Amino acid sequence: MELNGFNCDGEGCAEEQEEESTALKLPRSKTDTTCSIIATPGADSAAAGGSAPKEQRMSKSTPAMLRLDSLKKNRPPFPWFGMDIGGTLVKLVYFEPKDITAEEEQEEVESLKSIRHYLTSHTAYGKTGIRDVHLELTDLSLWGRKGSLHFIRFPTHELPTFIQMGRDKHFSSLHTTLCATGGGAFKYEENFRTMANLQLLKLDELDCLVKGVLYIDSVVSSGLSECYYFEHPTEPDRCEQKAYNLENPYPLLLVNIGSGVSILAVYSKDNYKRVTGTSLGGGTFLGLCCLLTGCSTFEEALAMATEGESTRVDKLVRDIYGGDYERFGLPGWAVASSFGNMICKEKRDSVSKEDLARATLITITNNIGSITRMCALNENIERVVFVGNFLRVNTLSMKLLAYALDYWSKGQLKALFLRHEGYFGAVGALLELTNPS
Amino acid sequence: MGCVAVRKNNRSKMALSGGADRGSHSMDKSITLPPDEIFRNLENAKRFAIDIGGSLTKLAYYSTVQHKVAKVRSFDHSAKVSLQETDGDPLYEISVQEEITARLHFIKFENAYIETCLDFIKDHLVNTETKVIKATGGGAHKFKDLIEKKLKLKVDKEDEMTCLIKGCNFVLKNIPHEAFVYAKHADSEFRFQNTHPDIFPYLLINIGSGVSIVKVESEDKFERIGGSSIGGGTFWGLGALLTKTKRFDELLQLASKGQHTNVDMLVKDIYGGAYGSLGLTGDLIASSFGKSATTDKEFSKEDMAKSLLHMISNDIGQLACLYAKLHNLTRVYFGGFFIRGHPVTMHTITYSINFFTKGEVQALFLRHEGYLGAIGAFLKGAEEDNPNQYSWGENYAGSSGLMSVSPELNPVQRARSGTFDMLEMDRLERQLVNLPLLQDPTSYIPDTVDLTEDALSRDYWLFCFEDALDGVVKRAVASQKDQPKAVERAEKFRQKYCHKLQTLRHQPFAYGSLTVRSLLDTREHCLNEFNFPDPYSKIKQKENDMALKYYLKVVKSVEELSWEQRQFTLVKGLLAGNVFDWGAKAVSDVLESDPDFGFEQAKQQLQERPWLVDAYNQWIERMKGPPHKCALFFVDNSGIDIILGVFPFIRELLIRGTEVVLASNSSPALNDVTNSELQILTERIAAMDPVIQAALKEDRLALVQNGSSSPCLDLSRLDKVLATVVRERGTDLVIIEGMGRAIHTNYYAMFSCESLKLAVIKNSWLAERLGGKIFSVVFKYEVPPKS
Repeated sequence: MELNGFNCDGEGCAEEQEEESTALKLPRSKTDTTCSIIATPGADSAAAGGSAPKEQRMSKSTPAMLRLDSLKKNRPPFPWFGMDIGGTLVKLVYFEPKDITAEEEQEEVESLKSIRHYLTSHTAYGKTGIRDVHLELTDLSLWGRKGSLHFIRFPTHELPTFIQMGRDKHFSSLHTTLCATGGGAFKYEENFRTMANLQLLKLDELDCLVKGVLYIDSVVSSGLSECYYFEHPTEPDRCEQKAYNLENPYPLLLVNIGSGVSILAVYSKDNYKRVTGTSLGGGTFLGLCCLLTGCSTFEEALAMATEGESTRVDKLVRDIYGGDYERFGLPGWAVASSFGNMICKEKRDSVSKEDLARATLITITNNIGSITRMCALNENIERVVFVGNFLRVNTLSMKLLAYALDYWSKGQLKALFLRHEGYFGAVGALLELTNPS
Repeated sequence: MGCVAVRKNNRSKMALSGGADRGSHSMDKSITLPPDEIFRNLENAKRFAIDIGGSLTKLAYYSTVQHKVAKVRSFDHSAKVSLQETDGDPLYEISVQEEITARLHFIKFENAYIETCLDFIKDHLVNTETKVIKATGGGAHKFKDLIEKKLKLKVDKEDEMTCLIKGCNFVLKNIPHEAFVYAKHADSEFRFQNTHPDIFPYLLINIGSGVSIVKVESEDKFERIGGSSIGGGTFWGLGALLTKTKRFDELLQLASKGQHTNVDMLVKDIYGGAYGSLGLTGDLIASSFGKSATTDKEFSKEDMAKSLLHMISNDIGQLACLYAKLHNLTRVYFGGFFIRGHPVTMHTITYSINFFTKGEVQALFLRHEGYLGAIGAFLKGAEEDNPNQYSWGENYAGSSGLMSVSPELNPVQRARSGTFDMLEMDRLERQLVNLPLLQDPTSYIPDTVDLTEDALSRDYWLFCFEDALDGVVKRAVASQKDQPKAVERAEKFRQKYCHKLQTLRHQPFAYGSLTVRSLLDTREHCLNEFNFPDPYSKIKQKENDMALKYYLKVVKSVEELSWEQRQFTLVKGLLAGNVFDWGAKAVSDVLESDPDFGFEQAKQQLQERPWLVDAYNQWIERMKGPPHKCALFFVDNSGIDIILGVFPFIRELLIRGTEVVLASNSSPALNDVTNSELQILTERIAAMDPVIQAALKEDRLALVQNGSSSPCLDLSRLDKVLATVVRERGTDLVIIEGMGRAIHTNYYAMFSCESLKLAVIKNSWLAERLGGKIFSVVFKYEVPPKS
């Protein structure tokens, strides 16, 4: 994605460029005395040495005084970001203060202002960056400030562009800590430092995930319920989404379906363990779909899956036994062999791309359900919360998970889902802003 | 000696490749399958069962095999006890009789040959009362009409899973070294497991087109506790879509050449390295096919196949572990066409299990995994014969061995052995159980050296057995001078055994762990196969005869000695007697060339004390103490060994007040004394020696058979009667004599009572390995640690 806006099209473009140019100009004129170390091109390369952050903290100015003030109130300086750099997607949460006083507005450094405007006035950034407006949390109180929490995502392979933007917008001059989690926080730490002079606060992704889930659930309990489940999951006609009150959540099995899958058992706010994981996750669904159908995005793959018929691809119990395999209580409709029909050439030739996409989705989803159920049994936990971006706009998988858990556990297990699916790691990272340790 | 490569199956292979061409029916007519090579003993075959899978058919039937056995019969000596020393009057007569034993035949072949094979069976099936054929497997339905039409047998379908479990129980109970652990990079890829006295409970993961996970708790109690739709069919189906490769085998081939890291997203692709805090290394797969989701490039067929293989294997392994944990099971067997002897999948499954259980659970595979369904179906049909009440033994002569048709292994070998794989099992006359005196039956390993893992020893012993083959052939012919076609049969024996040795050179794991014992047993099986049941019968007879003449002399000379001297002389006699061993080439050469070589000469050959292993002083100290309650003595050779070595020794024990149980072989092996020979010998000795006579009469001396026909000794497979006798008599001393029983096997066996292992090392190579010279003495006396 092109977050710097130069390549964006449509109406916002001119405005964008204007903003961009001011952003570029203003710091230069203002920071002659303050942030010269990072503002001048010569110093840019010097900063790569690694001593820059220390010096930055020592330089002071009026805005910086304000920021210090913010710190004194045990509140991190703006901007407040949390970032989760996963294998496929970067998830970014941004807290937009809505209670900015006139004085603050005036003192706000231009770079900060431009970031705020840029993020909040758009819903798409470049070709691939997206703000999930429907997830935005308004009227949120965080560390004594009121504002909105924004949820933004873009593909991990666009991260260099993002870092470039950070550099162009002189993000480093804001002396903020950039809290980042996910594998990319480790993998790209060096890039953040050398390309944009940004120091990351690296955080464990599972710590962040758990914190994020618990936090979001606590702040949104008043409004539209964060947590929901499917009532009557085994009856397609009656199956419907219902709010669920996650008041007393422990113990909880937390299943995070990103590129891969992690399964955590959460016993309390600070006590959780990773039970296991599987490499058959969202990345596998998309990866296989790309290879099998030639599609290239998750949305495309999902759209095809919605149209397809997996029973042409999979071999069902009834294909083998003519009906139920009663000896073992296996219903005829159960999948006996995923892609099992594809060993036969005629059948390979007769299936559509949509069928293949559907079968892939069903295979991956069922497998996650199956492993989850076994973990729940082994850990003796009855409530399962599924999160992660694989479930984004993926009602098919959610209903299937709800169904599978209910059916195979004979109603013992409940599948729960959270509206902010994939953003909990990023939220958890944001929350670490006050814990600079 | 000339060990010529024998291409036995060439004929059948050529014939069958013609049959595979279904269009040409004229070809079918010309097919002549050698019945003695594949579908053997069809003349009296009954109880057919067939398991038709996706690509392979497994046929099972029961037959009775008529073969010759050597019998000894005592002449009536009651009237001529006083004539015992009459020269030239043989002790007993030897006769060869026909005996009928039950045999199970299992044959595996490609589905393409099914019609040809049915035709062949029809033509050779005479006077059978069989009316039905039990059938299982996915293809049973498809071929039902063909089978009914060809064989005129009614097809009776049996549940696949039930058959599988029945078959699995059967092989686990009856075939030692059935299960193995696969370790790709180890010196020996196959590490065979001991047969656990109790095979239950276990988990069977059957990876067919899907996966079934079955918990087996007893012979009749099993439950499908779970499964997965991601199985062999997924690998095959998805693989075919991704790589445009149609055959399962080819897909595996592709996978073995691929690099999954090009397709999978690894932890290091996300983290740049390891995810340290969770202990996830950088090379772990974070997302299968993850790279194909984010990179827009072409992926090679090999890489995709490899990635798919890992994905499926890991997934199955993970589920297996979750189920094993939930049900608290540690024995997990894998089977199904996805596994079936493919090193590639055995490796990935093993890797997955190791990863997910951190080594707590081992993935186990089965040598006869492909036969389980057929065996089970057969057992279902043979319930009235109650095969499960007997013990069965794998016949090495009639079985192909592991991987005989594996495409990955040695393609040359494959072409030679054709596409037919066989398993034959003989019904053993006796039910076999553990020796109750083993300290820990679960960890007992009979064999001292596993030649599968020790390449140097393997080479030596294979050479040794090859080298001795000429002599064995000669001996076999000599034993049946007046019998028809003895030379021809002996030559066939040579070819067969030679072929086995060659197979074992390439696939040491073919019949489980390769050991000196298995080499000896294979030879015995091959000799029996060609009706040489007891090549040494006459030599044994002659030597027994001669030794008996010296018995009283030896006993008298010993009696004159002081207690200390007597004990030493008795032990030395026991050791000298053990020199007379036709199984050891060094000795048989001497015996062959010097007929006067006798007991005294043998004593002189013995190593002087201190012996190689010398616990004599401890033994003497023990002998000064209270007598043992009962001694169990596993005897070795006929002639001087048993008569002049063992008898004087146990005589002393009997005088001390120790009961003695002499355990000897049930059937012949080399010049080892058999139970029936020992019966006669004991009678004769009793007639001369009042001590022995009284002991027999008072039942303080008992003769039992060990249930074996091997020159070695597997204490986990002994006659049930022996076990009972041992238990009833409160046996507190085990004595094992001879190289085969005390060195090649049981050298490290631990007992719950005192034990004495003694042998003379009659092989210079082995002596050297043990740090001594030829005719070194091992005298090992062990007392179990006090609990």
